[in-house]
Amino acid sequence: MSITKADLLRWLEQSAQVLHDNRDYLTQLDSAIGDADHGVNMDRGFQAVKAKLAGLADADIGTILKTVGTTLVSTVGGASGPLYGTAFLRAGIATTGKSELQTGDFVAMLEAAVEGVKARGKAQTGEKTMIDALSPALAAARQAQQAQLDLPHVLQRCSAAAEEGMKSTIPMLATKGRASYLGERSINHQDPGATSSWLLLKTLSGLYAAS
Amino acid sequence: MSVSLVIVSHSTQLADGVVELAGQMTRGAVSIIAAGGSADGSLGTSMEKVLAALQQVSGPDGTLVLLDLGSAVMATEMAIEALSPDEQQRTLISSAPLVEGAVVAAVEAAAGSTLQEVAEAAASAHQMPKVRT
Repeated sequence: MSITKADLLRWLEQSAQVLHDNRDYLTQLDSAIGDADHGVNMDRGFQAVKAKLAGLADADIGTILKTVGTTLVSTVGGASGPLYGTAFLRAGIATTGKSELQTGDFVAMLEAAVEGVKARGKAQTGEKTMIDALSPALAAARQAQQAQLDLPHVLQRCSAAAEEGMKSTIPMLATKGRASYLGERSINHQDPGATSSWLLLKTLSGLYAAS
Repeated sequence: MSVSLVIVSHSTQLADGVVELAGQMTRGAVSIIAAGGSADGSLGTSMEKVLAALQQVSGPDGTLVLLDLGSAVMATEMAIEALSPDEQQRTLISSAPLVEGAVVAAVEAAAGSTLQEVAEAAASAHQMPKVRT
């Protein structure tokens, strides 16, 4: 089983819906420890992505992902623009020319995306950012791949790890981003970026029925 | 010719205001332009706006970028990555506080200092006393 081009496009379309549906929730999280624009930003960015999907039907996966990246950079004015933009751009570079992704391709793509986010935001795990969802998600995907699980199970483990990582941000002290200005007041709040990262991975995993 | 300045802020008004204030010290002798706000003018930063500004003031003496908060750095870095290697060599991002750094940098640039000298002057701007007790 693989992630086909059609699957990818469907993931992006569904993600746009999920982010739209969770707009207020993400905004609420971002109001507690940020500038209250994460929900609006992700919704705006992915509505712009959704509008481009029809025109990408004939493109390879690399091009699709790079287009998502550049679209997010130009439509999202918050930190998520450069961060998710870089994630998708690097993911696109790693998947240039591909029309489907096997498990190994998916892991390589996620690895490139996470490295991109780390390089762009200069954060590591434990700083209450999207990395706290993405890094464990990548580790889980790698482990599942090594255990030779099928793609649906790899994605399920990946998404579950992202969820755990997202929840682990609650007690963390923010040392990056707007939340870092709150100091100790950032503790006991779930990070919005980790939350949107989990939503994206959960949506991808949800495309495949893993028993 | 002198070092040019690009002012990046999450707020278009703030960027424009800093340009105005810093420009007051140099009376047009230094290229200082604003790259504030998101693409649609709302609060945020835009890699494309920053890139356009950098390209507009690009010159042999180089450019110092002053900015307000963290994510402005990311947008600015992405913009710089889009420049030619030569232009990248001549572009620096300042860690100075936005307003004080811009004013100090403008004065230094108007005096004909090099990019390195302008950057160092801006970096020490936070030490300038404000309220004397």
